Amino acid sequence: MSHAFGHDSTAPTTPGLIQALDPRTRILAAVAFALVTVSLNDLWVLLGPLALAGAALAAARLPPGPTLKRMALMDGFIVFILVMLPFTVPGEAAFTVFGWPASWAGLEQAAAIALKANAIVLMLLSLVGSMEPTTLGHALARLRLPESLVHLLLFTVRYIAVIDAEYRRLRRAMQARGFRPRTNGHTFRSIGYLVGMMLVRALERSERILQAMKCRGFTGRLPLLDDLRYGRADAVFGAGAGVALAALLALDSLHVGPV
Amino acid sequence: MVHIVDGALSAPVLIGGGVAAAGGIALGLRSLSLEKIPAAGVLSATFFVAALVHVPIGPSSVHLVMNGLAGLVLGWAAFPALFVGLLLQAVFFGFGGVTVLGVNTVTIALPAVLVGLLFRRGVASADSRLAGLSGLLAGSLAIMLTALAVALVLWLSGEAFIPAAKLVVVAHLPVAVIEGLVCAAAVTLIHRVKPDLFGALVAPARPA
Repeated sequence: MSHAFGHDSTAPTTPGLIQALDPRTRILAAVAFALVTVSLNDLWVLLGPLALAGAALAAARLPPGPTLKRMALMDGFIVFILVMLPFTVPGEAAFTVFGWPASWAGLEQAAAIALKANAIVLMLLSLVGSMEPTTLGHALARLRLPESLVHLLLFTVRYIAVIDAEYRRLRRAMQARGFRPRTNGHTFRSIGYLVGMMLVRALERSERILQAMKCRGFTGRLPLLDDLRYGRADAVFGAGAGVALAALLALDSLHVGPV
Repeated sequence: MVHIVDGALSAPVLIGGGVAAAGGIALGLRSLSLEKIPAAGVLSATFFVAALVHVPIGPSSVHLVMNGLAGLVLGWAAFPALFVGLLLQAVFFGFGGVTVLGVNTVTIALPAVLVGLLFRRGVASADSRLAGLSGLLAGSLAIMLTALAVALVLWLSGEAFIPAAKLVVVAHLPVAVIEGLVCAAAVTLIHRVKPDLFGALVAPARPA
């Protein structure tokens, strides 16, 4: 995925306020935001997280168009669940479609899921998606994730662009030989051979990588060089985020209606 | 369609998914000696890219999941490898979510590991037709188990999700057929070109 790792089309041109924060602060804030948001019940209060996520998007200086498009793509995954909810949750009928009553309770539940899912994804893209994938690995290592998991992540991030380039090369070669994907056995077999070939080449590549690394004294550990440090900006941001999330929880407990 | 988003599932399901994912990842990492991490990383990147490959079905298209093949190639290491892929997809593409990361990892990686254990002998067999058939079954079964797992977590989260849960299973039937055929072809090719790929991470390290 070379356009997402490396020269990203949604990468900000100038770093915003979010980029001034320590990556660990951004990860922890995104997780806290997600936990608080999923626990909210009141529909009106749920507009709060969406507004906060919009503010984070602006502060990260991510281009709104492509980022919102990614959010909309995610909605495609869940739209069928949301559309069915009003008809499957019992309650007072809001309207009927072909004789099927849609309940208010179901509509509210569907709206709550849509609000939560979109706010969390937007916040995640703004706070964490706006950092370099390698930085994410280093920050997770500093947050005490197992070392081998971090190494696996760093190798994966490093080689996604390489394997993607290989995939495109193989795909172009297929195209040059007249391959047009259709819904037939030939297509499935060709794609299968393509995936198989990519795996074979990946393993052979990994053998060369390991040999090259051993040649340079690899003992099984990668020293992670970084200078992550919490600063005053992190304290201010952390305090602000804490207050905002506490306010959301308080509002929700005051307001909680028959949802 | 195998990504569940934040906000739909109940808290016990989310917590259960998180704990199960952490356990699976820990088991998978234990099977990865430091020597094998470069191989696991490059293969994990390959499955990440393979999941972006779209296959046409009539006027629409589906993307590959290839979790069955990941289980055959990676064994228990499929758990951390697929987790890394899902984490990157969530953070950089916005597919999935934060609180559902554990559930999504389990619904995709557990079927991968299970079919890997079931069909590991089959794909390594000397008979190429038996290997291809094992690949077909592994690819299809992994998708069906994933669909059933997604349906199960939806059902556990509320009665109102039962019709959606049934729809998930039905919608994945054609995907399972396609994944099976693609996986069978991939296994056939690997069987012919580099049969020891299936043991590369599962068996003890070979002398490099």
